[in-house]
Amino acid sequence: MKRVRIPFAYAMCLLLVGLLLAAIPAADPGYQVGDTARDFKLKNVDGKMVSMADYKDAKGFIVTFTCNTCPYSVAYEDRLIELHNKFAPKGYPLIAINPNDSKASPKDSFADMQKRAKEKKFPFPYLQDETQDITRAYGASRTPHIYVVQKQQDGTYKVAYIGAVDDNSREPDKVQKKYAEEAIEALVAGKNISQPNTKAIGCTIKWREA
Amino acid sequence: MIKLRHLAFAFALSVAAALPTLAQDVKVIKYEDLEKLRQLPHDTLYVVNFWATWCGPCIKELHYFEAANRQYKNQPVKVILVSMDAVQDLEKRVNTFAKKRKLQSELLLLDEPDGNTFIDKVDPKWTGAIPATILFNNKRNTYYFLEGEMKQEQLQQLIQEYKPKP
Repeated sequence: MKRVRIPFAYAMCLLLVGLLLAAIPAADPGYQVGDTARDFKLKNVDGKMVSMADYKDAKGFIVTFTCNTCPYSVAYEDRLIELHNKFAPKGYPLIAINPNDSKASPKDSFADMQKRAKEKKFPFPYLQDETQDITRAYGASRTPHIYVVQKQQDGTYKVAYIGAVDDNSREPDKVQKKYAEEAIEALVAGKNISQPNTKAIGCTIKWREA
Repeated sequence: MIKLRHLAFAFALSVAAALPTLAQDVKVIKYEDLEKLRQLPHDTLYVVNFWATWCGPCIKELHYFEAANRQYKNQPVKVILVSMDAVQDLEKRVNTFAKKRKLQSELLLLDEPDGNTFIDKVDPKWTGAIPATILFNNKRNTYYFLEGEMKQEQLQQLIQEYKPKP
């Protein structure tokens, strides 16, 4: 009896170790273009919870990680409003998510978000990712950081574009490449996105101290 | 290739010559200059930190780099601070900041508004968030990249580990 049980216990141990190793996230970089993005349920500045699933008629979303405190984010506020106003009628509304921990970055508190949304009259929701779980799942690493997702027939959301708004944060009138806009235009037209990944300088995410 | 090396060498010489007098002036460069710096063949550990005057975490760690610059002054370790501020802010913000803080490390400002054209070339692992830091010694084929905040002990350890040893 014992002879049978020892290898069995050994095998179980190995299996357990394997499972534990598999459970350790190996520095998960988050979503890549083509991945399925998870939905979320986060508190908007109006106090209501917002999910992508709430938008029955949307074809996709411009999920934008942005905040109050990063000068790059601030420089892009008006352009985010323009993006939303241009593409919400075409089925791609913008959803802004503030990824920063309000202890690490006090001016990103919920009250400060409410204030900023009011000042700028954001036409889109501005959500707080209090646990930072969504930020981590998406793999956002800076602000602003855009994820354009497209709703699939089965109701899932496929990541179509990850990256920058455009090629010039400092001078809007000198912008030559509207990276995000071109990507969404292509999606709307059913064409391939020529540059589905772009990068820009931005602020780090302010993570909660462990 | 040979031409590039000559250029790199000339660049290094000019940087070295300019150092004692221009330590607090910010030199505006384009990506190709950064690339030349990155290719410098000397047996020197280059510590290149990407920062900006508007970046809180960058400012916080800046004095670690300044301290390292002082500490390793007589050793083949070279600290270079590359500002990502817009070139329009050179006088009003960057030079003012550099003077106020009496920055002694070599100061460059990378005048490239479109991050998408160079971030991947610096390192594909870089997502574009700053601060970011690279350490390299091309003679010894050493290279290290970090996106995010650097702790002082961490910087000290890295320099100790990578600086050329006789």
